Amino acid sequence: MFHSTSSRIRLAAFAAAALFGAAAHATDITGAGSTFVYPVLSKWSAAYAAKTGNHVNYQSIGSGGGIAQIKAGTVDFGASDKPLASDELAKAGLGQFPVVIGGIVPVVNVQGIASGQLKLDGATLAKIFLGEIKTWNDPAIAGLNPGVKLPDTRITVVHRSDGSGTTFNFTDYLSKVSPGWKSKVGEGTAVQWPTGIGGKGNEGVAAYVKQVRGGIGYVEYAYALQNKMSYALLRNSSGRFVQPNLDSFAAAAATADWAGARDFNLVMTNAPGAQAFPIAATTWVILYKRPKNAERSKVAFDFFKWSLEHGQPLAKSLDYVPLPESLVQRIESYWKTQFAQ
Amino acid sequence: MTALAAILKSDRPRTDAAGDRIFRLLVGGCALLVALALLGTALSMAWGGREAFATFGWKFLTSTDWDAVNHHFGALVPIVGTVVTAFIAMLLAVPVSFGIALFLTEVAPAWLRTPIASAIELLAGIPSIIYGMWGLFVFAPFMAAHVDPWVDAHLGALPVIGMFFSGPPLGLGMLTAGIVLAIMVIPFVTSVMREVFLTVPSRLKESAYALGATTWEVAWQIVLPYTRQAVIGGIFLGLGRALGETMAVTFVLGNAHELTASLLMPGNSIAATIANEFTEADSELYRSSLVALGFLLFVVTFIVLAIAKLMLRRLDRKRGFA
Repeated sequence: MFHSTSSRIRLAAFAAAALFGAAAHATDITGAGSTFVYPVLSKWSAAYAAKTGNHVNYQSIGSGGGIAQIKAGTVDFGASDKPLASDELAKAGLGQFPVVIGGIVPVVNVQGIASGQLKLDGATLAKIFLGEIKTWNDPAIAGLNPGVKLPDTRITVVHRSDGSGTTFNFTDYLSKVSPGWKSKVGEGTAVQWPTGIGGKGNEGVAAYVKQVRGGIGYVEYAYALQNKMSYALLRNSSGRFVQPNLDSFAAAAATADWAGARDFNLVMTNAPGAQAFPIAATTWVILYKRPKNAERSKVAFDFFKWSLEHGQPLAKSLDYVPLPESLVQRIESYWKTQFAQ
Repeated sequence: MTALAAILKSDRPRTDAAGDRIFRLLVGGCALLVALALLGTALSMAWGGREAFATFGWKFLTSTDWDAVNHHFGALVPIVGTVVTAFIAMLLAVPVSFGIALFLTEVAPAWLRTPIASAIELLAGIPSIIYGMWGLFVFAPFMAAHVDPWVDAHLGALPVIGMFFSGPPLGLGMLTAGIVLAIMVIPFVTSVMREVFLTVPSRLKESAYALGATTWEVAWQIVLPYTRQAVIGGIFLGLGRALGETMAVTFVLGNAHELTASLLMPGNSIAATIANEFTEADSELYRSSLVALGFLLFVVTFIVLAIAKLMLRRLDRKRGFA
C-alpha cells in the first residue's frame, strides 16, 4: 500500500516536471489553411522543432477555412492560396506575405503525343476549357503545333470538383488571357465550368486524365512529375513556349511585379519574364499585425524567418520553388514596417 | 405453465410495477432520442441554409446554376443526380437481390447457403471508398471501353429514349454511378430479404408444392405476399443508402454541374457536392447553400419514402388487405 502510494506520487511529480519543463522551453504554435502548402510546412516544422524545440502544428483544412480561423483568432497563423485584398486585411488587422512558390501545369492524354510535345497558348487553352474547341485536331491547336500529327479524338476537359487554390490560379490565368473566359466564367476557387468532368483533388484530376482518352486537365507540378503525366508547353506573355519546371516558375516569381503590389496582393500568373511559365502560384501566410499573444506570435515570425532563410532547400526537395532573394528581402522589410513584433 | 400460474396467483410486490415503469421510460427514451436527433438535424440544417433559401427562394429548387464566382446557387442538378442514380441503383439491385435471396432460401443446396450468405454480409462491410476506387480504376475504364460505346451505338440511335443513352464513352456518369450504387446496395437488400424469406412457415410452402405449384409460383404467390412488408422495408434501407452515398458516387459520377438527359453524361449528387465543396466554400452564401442542399437531401428522402408508402397502401387496398 505504502509502496504504491509513493510510486504514484513519484509518477505525478515526474509528469508535472515533464509538463512544466516543456512549457518553459518550448512554445507550440498552430496554423490552418491551404492544403497546397501542407507538405512543405510539415517538413519545415519538423526541422524547426529539431532545432528550437518549438512545434508548429498545421492543419490543412483548406484556404477558406484558414482565413476563417485566423479571423476568428483560433489559430496563430492562417495560410491561403488566394491573397486577401488590402482593405480586407486592414479591416481585420491582418498582414500577409508569400512563403513558397509552385507551378500548375496542363496535363493531357492524347494518343501519339509525348510529354512536352504539345504546345498551347492561353487563348487556345481557354477555348478548350470553354468547350469551344472540341477535338484535338482543331485548326487552332494544329496551328500551334506544326508537324505534330494530332488525332481527331474528342477533347474531354477535366477540372477540380472541390474548391481549390489550384483552380483559383488556373482560372485567374485564363481570365487574364481570355476576355471570353473572364466574362463567361471568371476566376475563383470553384467556378461554374462550362464543360467537362470534375475530379476530387489533384489525384482525382490526374486519375481522370489518365483514363479518359483525349482528356486535358490541370494539376500541381509536383503531382504531374510524380505521376509521370504528359504535360503541355504554354506560350507565355513574351511569346515564348516554356517548359514547366522549377526554373521557369522561379522566373515567374522573380519577374512578377511585387513592387507594385500592396500587401503582396498579386497573383503571379501570366508573369512578364521571357523564361517565365505563365501559371505559377504561391501561398500566403496571414498573421495579426498586433498579436493577441506576443510570445506565440514571436515564435511564428521566427519560424517563417527561419523557413525563408534556411528552409528553401527543403522546399526544393519537394518540387516547390524557393522564393527569389529579392522577394525575401521585400518580405523582411514588410515585417519591419507592418508588424509590431 | 405452473410456474407462470404461481406468479400470477401470488401478490406481486409493488417494486415489480415500479421496475416495469422505469423500463418503459428507458426504452421510450431511447426511441425518443432517434426522433430528437432527426428533428434536431433537420432543423439545424434548415437554419444553416436559411440564407440560401432567403436569397434564392423557390428558385433554389429550379435553378441549374452553381456559380461560386457570381454567387448564384441552385439545387436542381444535384437533386436530379441524386434521384436518378438512386433510381438506377434500385432498378438493378431489387431484382438481383430478390434472385439471390430466393436462391439462398429455396433453391441452393444446404452446404452452399452459409458460404454465400457470409460472402454477402462481407460485401456489406466494405467501406464505400473502396467501392469508389474500384469504380474509378477498374469499372469506369471497363464501361468506357465496352459498355458505353455499345449503349451509345445501339440505344442512342433509338427515337425518344435515345436521348437518355447517347453520349461520349467517358466511363463516368449517371449510369456508372447507378451500377456501382446497385452493387453497394445489393448486400443490404439481400440480407433483409433472405432473413424474412426464412420466416415463411414451411407448411404454407409445402401446401403449395403439394398442389403442384412450381418453385417460381411458390416464390411469387406464397413467399413474397407473406413477407411483403418486410421486403419493402429492406428495399427502403437500400434506397436510403443509395440516396445518401457520398464517397463512391463522388469518384464515378463525374461531378459536373450540368443538367443532361443522357445517363452517359457526368452529373452531380447532393452528397457529392457537399463533400467536394464544403472545405473551400469561402462565402457565407456559398456555405449556406451547401447546408441547404443537405436539408434538401432530407426532404428528397422523405418525399421518396412517402411516395413508396402511399404506393404500398394503394397496392394493399387493391388486393383487399387493408
